[in-house]
Amino acid sequence: MIQKHESIVIQVVARALVPLILLFGVYVIVFGHYGPGGGFQGGVILATGVILHRLCLGRDFSHRTLPPGLAGGAAIAGLLLFGLMGIVPMVFGGAFLDYAHLPLPGYSTVDLRYLGIGIVEVAIGLAVMGASVVIFDSLAGGDSDA
Amino acid sequence: MKFLVFFVLGVFAVLMFYATTSLPDRGDPAAPANVYVSPDYIERSLEDTGTPNLVTAVLADYRGYDTLGETIVIVTAGLACIIILLKRKDYDTKT
Repeated sequence: MIQKHESIVIQVVARALVPLILLFGVYVIVFGHYGPGGGFQGGVILATGVILHRLCLGRDFSHRTLPPGLAGGAAIAGLLLFGLMGIVPMVFGGAFLDYAHLPLPGYSTVDLRYLGIGIVEVAIGLAVMGASVVIFDSLAGGDSDA
Repeated sequence: MKFLVFFVLGVFAVLMFYATTSLPDRGDPAAPANVYVSPDYIERSLEDTGTPNLVTAVLADYRGYDTLGETIVIVTAGLACIIILLKRKDYDTKT
């Protein structure tokens, strides 16, 4: 079980850094269209923010703020979202993962594929973040309230 | 026995180094890997998907099926960690 770090400096710095790291992770995910980045990298950055929180502020506090069940839920939700992005176009007459057949009226084919890529990147980010945090939580031990 | 292992390793090393001599040059535009679908991706990805980043367009759109598999692998790794490592309260009392 991870205790809260005894140094007040590390606690304060961790509290200040974690929101910035999480924000940067979100930025990396949504910036994948225009530069280096995307779901995998952004998801790992989000997970490092959560793990820093766990390591510096102790398990009890960290599990209350960012519950471990939420990480598992995020992993499954990301995978389901990705699967839905594959199946929904199939229902509406396209191929598997063919974002151009998403049932959103008023969008051109290019816009639909642009949107589909964005949703898929978010789904990958959720899945990677959730899986990494779940792996850390189970390695760190302690009994489960997940 | 040890001699045999090193002999087999040597034979395979020679075979692989011989095979590398007939590989195409790096960045050769006439290489088989560069004439099949890559030119289409490079030419059409912006007008097809509206995404300036070619890597993202290939990863999430043209090769989305592959990426779905990768995501399943990662989530499965997380689930396996839960199953193997997480202690449950009702098991702790019995063992």
